[in-house]
Amino acid sequence: MSESRIRVVLAKLGLDGHDRGIKVVARILRDAGMEVIYLGLRQTTDSIIAAAEQEDADAIGLSMHNAGHLTLAPSMLHALKDAEMDVPLVIGGIIPTQDVDELLSAGVSGVIGPGASAEEVVDIVRTAVAAVARSSESGPEAG
Amino acid sequence: MSTSPSGPEYDAWKEAYDATKKRDVPFETMSGVPVDAVYGDAPYPGQYPFTRGVHASMYRSRLWTMRMFAGFGTAEDTNARFKELLRSGSTGLSTAFDMPTLMGRDSSSPWALGEVGRAGVAVDTLADMEDLFADINLGDVSTSMTINGPAATVLAMYVAVAEKTGVEVNQLRGTIQNDILKEYQAQKEYIYPPRPSMRIVTDMVKYTTAKMPMFNPVSISGYHIREAGSTAAQELAFTLANGFAYVEAALAEGQDVNEFGKRLSFFFNSHSDFFEEIGKFRAARRIWARWMKERYGATDERAMLCRFHTQTAGVSLTAQQPEINIARVAIQALAGALGGTQSLHTDSYDEALALPTEKAARIALRTQQIVAHETGVTHVADPLGGSPYVEWMTDEMERQAEEIFAHLDDLGNGSILEGCYVGIENGYFVGEIADSAYRFEREVNAGRRIVVGVNDFTEGDEGEGELLRIDAAVEDYQLKRLESIKQERDSDAVAASLTQLTADAADPTINLMPAILEATKAYATLEEIAAAMEKEFGTYVEKAIV
Repeated sequence: MSESRIRVVLAKLGLDGHDRGIKVVARILRDAGMEVIYLGLRQTTDSIIAAAEQEDADAIGLSMHNAGHLTLAPSMLHALKDAEMDVPLVIGGIIPTQDVDELLSAGVSGVIGPGASAEEVVDIVRTAVAAVARSSESGPEAG
Repeated sequence: MSTSPSGPEYDAWKEAYDATKKRDVPFETMSGVPVDAVYGDAPYPGQYPFTRGVHASMYRSRLWTMRMFAGFGTAEDTNARFKELLRSGSTGLSTAFDMPTLMGRDSSSPWALGEVGRAGVAVDTLADMEDLFADINLGDVSTSMTINGPAATVLAMYVAVAEKTGVEVNQLRGTIQNDILKEYQAQKEYIYPPRPSMRIVTDMVKYTTAKMPMFNPVSISGYHIREAGSTAAQELAFTLANGFAYVEAALAEGQDVNEFGKRLSFFFNSHSDFFEEIGKFRAARRIWARWMKERYGATDERAMLCRFHTQTAGVSLTAQQPEINIARVAIQALAGALGGTQSLHTDSYDEALALPTEKAARIALRTQQIVAHETGVTHVADPLGGSPYVEWMTDEMERQAEEIFAHLDDLGNGSILEGCYVGIENGYFVGEIADSAYRFEREVNAGRRIVVGVNDFTEGDEGEGELLRIDAAVEDYQLKRLESIKQERDSDAVAASLTQLTADAADPTINLMPAILEATKAYATLEEIAAAMEKEFGTYVEKAIV
């Protein structure tokens, strides 16, 4: 049973210390039956990739509250590509609606904006994981 | 019919009231009914334990300071904004620094990517501070600087600017936030572990007490604790406990509680539950006065006053239907005024998504001007005092806070300072705050708590309007500026000053301020100075607790 649980690595990338949102999201995902690995503050793309590999993560969730999302999300995607990791990236935090399309078209799998309900949070992560699982050649995995 | 107030306490209040200058406005209702300066029972405003206010005449003498926090881009950009504020009659400046500066990192650090000049002004060296205050006489203004981890370096830069421009250091007025304890609990902008950080704070208290008697060396801040998700009572208790910790640290260094006590000030959040907030403000004054007198032995009443700045609750602002945030801010601002705040920052309606646009910031300022000039709440000190509900709420806030103090006292074996260290190390503060935040989210999610525009009354969300975007050119400019300063400075002097700083850091009996001041004058960077102390102090990494 635990083999099929979605494993999510959550982290704060960069200097931004606003962690209220990511901690709430961590508990929401945990309550929905997912395995949550929270790395904490001041992570780098390298530390996140290392943890995602080690934890065999099904998704990575990063929280951004400092208007850094248009810089940091692409740098994370770039790092994932370099590491040849096909793990969906979900971005949460203070993301203006006008930036959501840009993030999605850059390759972000889902965006959790301000005021998202618990159901929306869980849905966004499940959908992101399912989309990658469908597209991978090894067939469906978790989720 | 209530009887006219009388008795020795009333006479003492009347004497204090009559001795203060009043603003030249009619103290009457809109319909022309004259009103008294205070109603209800003793102790009156300005009388121990100051539940009803820190001054006898409150806003009849002086309105709260409308201190709007601002900072963006380069030091030159912010300097232009400062001069404009001074031209329009402002005498108080309030500085926001960008995230790398707040974390003691230079603009050239890989960590600074995408953050330079975004959420405030970038300061790397003394040269930036010279630009920030160019053509402003530091002897004439009061400057608030919101910085904590590298606060000593920024204060040293401010002192260095004064010295270089011929202003006597003892004439400097202002406040530096420098509340490091709440960084570990809520805001998370720390550099070193708690104990060496407290040494730096204490060194700054000692330095300012000796050399800068008009400068407030710590602004003990609950704002960020509340924003991180605490309840009102937790905000109150954690903030005042941090205050007790600073007092205990200064007392342990032989400082006089009557001296440094006068220069401690506070910073609270004003959230949407109107009466809870007012009760919290009133309880804060009463608790602080009692503890300063009874536990820490203050005898000068000025050292017992909980003077505070208030900011409306950023976390209450919704991205949905952003215009309705104006109503939230107005209610929160009114609670601050009825709670007796000394200064107030009102948030802008568009701040759920970005730094405010100029128009939104103006509406926010106008909102508090309406409270100050149109509502009449400023005519009477503590106008809600004596209301059974408000008095009960004040008592209840105090009761909950005292329970938390008892827990911390217990954790620290009779020392609140040690209790705060233990609570930081064992995750007590962050755990309590995260629990409260999650409880609130679950209630909103279950629909048991209504957030207008978010989980009910959602029709009419036409999306966001125009948002402020910061020009990315700031980063290029700042990197070039830093590079040229590094080229021009005397690198031997920089190296020598940093070596001295590391040596001083190794000896806890030495005050760090002189060595930090020397390093800033040699144009050592913020990050170099932080690193010199890091060699001795190490860094702090928070345990990741969900």
